[in-house]
Amino acid sequence: MVRHNGTTIDPSATSGGPGWRASEVRAAWLISAPALITLAAFIVVPFALAVGLSFTNQRLISPLPTRFVGIDNYLATLGDPAFWNGFVNNVVFVAVVVPVQTGLALFLAILVNSRIRGRVLFRTVYFLPVVTVMAAAAVTWTLLLNPTGLVNAVIGVLTLGGAGPDWLGSTTWALPAVMIVSIWQGTGFQMIILLAALQDVPEELHEAAELDGAGSWARFLNVTLPGIRNGLIFVVTVTMILAFRLFDQVWIMPQVPGGPLDATRTMMLHLVETGFGEQAIGRASAVAVIFFGVVLVLTVIQRRFIREEGEAA
Amino acid sequence: MTARKITRLGQYLVMVLLAAFFLFPLVYMYVSSVKPDNVVLSDASSIRGFLPTPFVGLENYGDAIERASVIRSFINSAIVSGGIVLLGLVINSLLGYALARLRFRGRAFLVAIVIALIIIPFEALAVPLLYMSAKLGWLDTYHVQILPFVANPLFVYLFYTFFLNVPIAIEEAARIDGAGPLRTFVSVVAPLARPAYATVAILGFLFSWGQFLWPLMVTRGIDVRPLALGIGTFKTTPPVQWADIMAYAALMTLPLVIVFLLFQRLFVQGVASSGVKG
Repeated sequence: MVRHNGTTIDPSATSGGPGWRASEVRAAWLISAPALITLAAFIVVPFALAVGLSFTNQRLISPLPTRFVGIDNYLATLGDPAFWNGFVNNVVFVAVVVPVQTGLALFLAILVNSRIRGRVLFRTVYFLPVVTVMAAAAVTWTLLLNPTGLVNAVIGVLTLGGAGPDWLGSTTWALPAVMIVSIWQGTGFQMIILLAALQDVPEELHEAAELDGAGSWARFLNVTLPGIRNGLIFVVTVTMILAFRLFDQVWIMPQVPGGPLDATRTMMLHLVETGFGEQAIGRASAVAVIFFGVVLVLTVIQRRFIREEGEAA
Repeated sequence: MTARKITRLGQYLVMVLLAAFFLFPLVYMYVSSVKPDNVVLSDASSIRGFLPTPFVGLENYGDAIERASVIRSFINSAIVSGGIVLLGLVINSLLGYALARLRFRGRAFLVAIVIALIIIPFEALAVPLLYMSAKLGWLDTYHVQILPFVANPLFVYLFYTFFLNVPIAIEEAARIDGAGPLRTFVSVVAPLARPAYATVAILGFLFSWGQFLWPLMVTRGIDVRPLALGIGTFKTTPPVQWADIMAYAALMTLPLVIVFLLFQRLFVQGVASSGVKG
């Protein structure tokens, strides 16, 4: 996901001298130990446990002994309409939010990258939602999206009296409402990453293209886009993963988490309801493994796809 | 007017409209937090929603403190976020340094592991972590909210790449003077790495302050619950008083906004460095 820029120094070649003595090797392990032990205890072990527990009937608190149940939890999950309901909502969310948010973030990055007065101020404003706690953003937007709230008032003015929907009370509009909040809150972060990528594109490339008579659109397609390819890959991947992690908003905004009528149910809500609500640790672990699989597959497919395109160019 | 000027004017217009989109919910939140409850909803559909009249001062903040124990939650959030950030700075930088500079068997393997761990989202670990925490009797504590987030592979990696690019000569001087790896790190390298520490501290604060899912699973009652969860208290205990909720939301957002406005450059650098470079 993260890559450094090739200018790394091989430590073994540059540490100089005769190398660390045995005592210093011990010191190396000693100073690595706190983080290594914590990483093992809170990432590696739980990850292994998620896989292991997903094949058992483990419950959070239960007098009954834990039993190996094979792939029952996976079959139960994949046969559960509630799971698919959540999965489909995640996919719809990804299909809308990833292109819209990436496009908007790129647009903002280009705007604040131009030599225009006040660009730092605009950058600050576009970034402010990122430092707004999601729970706070979610309740504020719940008020704004109230049937008689500000958003519908604006819609009324723009459509000359047309009525806006009851966003969070409607099975059609609840998910779009969640999308709006997510895009509002997430775009600034992606803008900064794309801005950094834009600033790394050598100015000479633009000048050369301009001398060759390329218009601004042609320069955008042939210089800017290829120049920020890595940044775009990162932004698209991260936005996708974040989209599959969607939880806070769908818990806070609707009257009932995931409502109305499961219109905003997500995979993560399903996981929390199963593991925390029903305390079915085994089944929830299966959901967690499936979730990780989805994230992993998306990342791999997408990276390969984009790399091939880059090689063909 | 030249075509160039018209283009520029158009760009400003677009930028201002976008600024309005990103700013108005925040303005609305802060304005509503100083208005009487009964007015917030009735003003919602007009421009009056952005005017702080009638003004009730900090009354709603007082209500929020009384009804939802804001102060308790605020302290809880500070303890949890502070613990995650401070402990994380120490152990992640130490590992990053060891991986970047010290020669020991297994180093390359550990670097690969750290990079691989970055892609595991916390949500994939939440259920087994809940199970582990329950088994250990850790529910409803501060440390159950802190420890899982202290070691962070992304932060280890950020420190690692930073230390790789620190000139080696400075450390060699210390080593010739007979300092061991830890002494060299503490007295020579860590002070040089102030920008890396600032970046990681800010990212850590940003990621931990508003946490919702994990504390929802491992805390009950208000004793150790962080701020973000308190918002739920309002929705489940009628009547829904929007002005109080807005005051609560405003308070919760304030620390991050202040830190952001003070250290804006570092924020921007931090976010950029969490992405791809080059």
